[in-house]
Amino acid sequence: MKTKTNDLILQTVTKVATFVIVLFSIHIFFAGHYTPGGGFIGGLMTSSAIILLLLAFDLKTVKAILPINYLLLVAVGLVFSVGTGVGALFFDAPFLTHAFQYFDLPLFGHTSLHTAVLFDTGVYLVVIGVTMTIIQTIGESE
Amino acid sequence: MSMLHWSILLPFIAAFCIPFTGKIARKIHTGWFVLAIPVAIFIYLCTLLPKIKEHATLLESVSWIPSLDISFDAYVDGLGLLFAMLITGIGALVTLYSIFYMNKEKENLVNFYVFLLLFMGAMLGVVLSDNLIVLYTFWEFTSLSSFLLIGYWNNRKASRYGAQKSLLITFLGGLSMLGGFIALYVMGDTFSIRELISMAPELIQHPLFYFSMVLVLLGAFTKSAQFPFHIWLPDAMEAPTPVSAYLHSATMVKAGIYLVARLSPIFALSAEWVWVVGLVGIITLFWGSFNAIRQHDLKGILAFSTISQLGMIMSMLGMGAAALHYTGDSSKVYMAATAAAIFHLINHATFKGSLFMVVGIIDHETGTRDIRKLGGLMTFMPITFTIAAIGSFSMAGLPPFNGFLSKEMFFKSTLTMANADFLSLETWGILFPVIAWVASVFTFVYCMILFFKTFTGKAKLEQLPKKPHEAPIGMLISPIILVSLVIIWGLFPNMLAETIIEPAVAAIQPVLYAADPYHVHISMWHGLQPELWMTIGVVALGFILYKTYPNWTGIYKWMPTRYTLNNGYNKSLSWLDIGSNKLTRGYMNGNIRDYLIYIFGFTFIILLYMMWRLDAFTLNTTSVTPIGIYEVILAVILVTASIMILFAKSRLTSIILLGTVGYTVSLLFVLFRAPDLALTQFVIETVSTSLFLLCFYHLPKYKPKEKRVRFKVTNLIIALGVGVTMTLLALSSHSTKLFSSISEYYKQVTYKEAGGENMVNVILVDFRGLDTMFEITVLAIAAIGIYTMIKLRLERKGGAE
Repeated sequence: MKTKTNDLILQTVTKVATFVIVLFSIHIFFAGHYTPGGGFIGGLMTSSAIILLLLAFDLKTVKAILPINYLLLVAVGLVFSVGTGVGALFFDAPFLTHAFQYFDLPLFGHTSLHTAVLFDTGVYLVVIGVTMTIIQTIGESE
Repeated sequence: MSMLHWSILLPFIAAFCIPFTGKIARKIHTGWFVLAIPVAIFIYLCTLLPKIKEHATLLESVSWIPSLDISFDAYVDGLGLLFAMLITGIGALVTLYSIFYMNKEKENLVNFYVFLLLFMGAMLGVVLSDNLIVLYTFWEFTSLSSFLLIGYWNNRKASRYGAQKSLLITFLGGLSMLGGFIALYVMGDTFSIRELISMAPELIQHPLFYFSMVLVLLGAFTKSAQFPFHIWLPDAMEAPTPVSAYLHSATMVKAGIYLVARLSPIFALSAEWVWVVGLVGIITLFWGSFNAIRQHDLKGILAFSTISQLGMIMSMLGMGAAALHYTGDSSKVYMAATAAAIFHLINHATFKGSLFMVVGIIDHETGTRDIRKLGGLMTFMPITFTIAAIGSFSMAGLPPFNGFLSKEMFFKSTLTMANADFLSLETWGILFPVIAWVASVFTFVYCMILFFKTFTGKAKLEQLPKKPHEAPIGMLISPIILVSLVIIWGLFPNMLAETIIEPAVAAIQPVLYAADPYHVHISMWHGLQPELWMTIGVVALGFILYKTYPNWTGIYKWMPTRYTLNNGYNKSLSWLDIGSNKLTRGYMNGNIRDYLIYIFGFTFIILLYMMWRLDAFTLNTTSVTPIGIYEVILAVILVTASIMILFAKSRLTSIILLGTVGYTVSLLFVLFRAPDLALTQFVIETVSTSLFLLCFYHLPKYKPKEKRVRFKVTNLIIALGVGVTMTLLALSSHSTKLFSSISEYYKQVTYKEAGGENMVNVILVDFRGLDTMFEITVLAIAAIGIYTMIKLRLERKGGAE
């Protein structure tokens, strides 16, 4: 199995493609509130970028590049989602009430900031964590 | 809480305290502490006697569950007081006896006395309750404590068997009795026995009347060991002898008698009651006495004799109930039977209690109860001999003991029964005196066997485990007291007549008694009546049969052992066991396919049936959108791929076809304008297909032969059924739109209130964010599950190596 193969083309393409995919996934994630997309599909796409890395290189290399404990990521994601909901309670609103407001930010200009994005971030992180945990665990097992 | 309540609860309270006495006073036998309780209650009950004699009653009420009409009503009348005094009086004597019988060092006395006290309290509760539910509660308590006492030597197999048997049979009766009580409540709208009695004439019109009568009688018959439920009593003889003396001769087995007597005013209005109670009693009388002769164990003889005597009391209660069907003087003839029942109940408690104690002494002093090994104990145990003589002669019905009087009264009742003229008694009534007479002959024979085989003849000292000698005085006190009562009440029976028997008769037949008081008068000599000739006949024939009994006991061998009741009980238990096991194994076969067949089969059959029954299928094509060419193409691909999966030979083909289905669905989403769904479906399908491939790759190699899905007709039927049902369901639900959709609201407020334009995403994170929150939790759990499944398995492997 451990024959040395030459994956030069794959690896080179991967190096470029990964960034494109990640950028696209982040776009889809942020654009979710207005156009098709959102945390779920964004998370799946980000993890597909990482999977592409896994295919081109091997488990150890990817682990070295991205030293992430994916189970921890799942937990962090859940904390984001639940935290957003709990946050509403501090403002005397029912659980999971979202708020949004338009702000004039430097660089971004007139922008709407929405707490739903925080919630979606939770979804995004959980999806990445779950997908990567499953694939990594199965990949590592014999 | 009145004194009466406290006297019922006192044994329970004492049962809680008994475990501590053993620690405080190590040297003293626990029984001495226990003894004080029945004595105290007995003295208290004696103070009620003068009141009861004047036919006054005592009712104390304590609210228990008022919303359910259940209150702890303690009620004392002649009947209740009689039983309560029997329970406490004999309870005190048995406790005294057990102090000398139970070894302080070898036995677990705390258990013994706790169970005994629980039983005593429960029994008092049964006889002093006016509320049916409270009565039932105490009733089951007696069954339970009796179970504990029978299984007291729980290291013996026979004890456990006997305990289980008695529990099953008495609980069977107890539960059916509860059903009868509830039926009574439905009829009368009250649980109070007194109120039910007052409305008895209306109750008999009710359709549930006979139903509740049968159920209540079942409870009474199982508890009082009536035919054919008597089989538990001989096996209950594995209990320590004080327990047998107390529970299985004097008190618990009379709970059924009590119940029949107590509810007589309600049920006796129906002529069937007379028949059922009388006939079951008389059959039990015969069967018990007939079987007592074949026993070799002294306690076995006494067990069957108890069954027989209980049958006698029961039949007298049945005959006494006939009084309600007559008026005036002819009714009084039958009331005499009730008085006889009460009198014999008292007599039986005295002589049977003393006989059990005698047997206990013999067992204790010689080491065996087998009648074939015993003999000639007269010279070794003179006092025991005297007690046994009085007890067994009284049981046989010889003068001048009390058994003679009650047997005479019994014969008289059966003779009047033969002259009754209702419910075809004129033709069959003659059965009563005939069976009663034959049974009495057998009773005489076994009484003689019991007495003479044990105490006379040659002593077989070499066969006895111990050298026999007279029992300690403490053990003899209780039986001496009991047999003195046998003699005293035999000579002066009218002592009891006015004080206790009359109030008890008044309690059993309140209406008749109120109309025309019946005065009990018992005399030893009442002229040359037919019943006296019957007794003389019993003695004569009994004596001949006893002298020749080795010659005719061969008839017992004729009875095939296969058809005995015990065998039937054992067989039915094992059939139940094997049958339920087979049944469960039949459908719980561990095969997931079969379970799926049950699940799907039930689903579609029930749904189809309901759809047909409610006529729910509708088809409405007005709201159907026109079908375009793209939809047709995709549907064709979808259906083709799905069907091909069924016929695919290789698993790899199936996986790829499944992927095709998934991607087609995602295209359908595109077509139906659901971009979010399409995106997600597309990615998820890719992931799941690769996971399938992973599974395929790791399939075990030793069974590499790939086979097509095997064809089974059941599977086809189930699959078609489910598919058709769900299609019909979907069509009908689409055709019936009862409400307009909520989506209009979302369309309007998505931007205004949630600041978003992607309605799907806004619903997911904002309007219905809670669902999403838990869906990602589901994902997290799945990830952790997969992680632990793989990692933990590896670790265990490592540990095993």
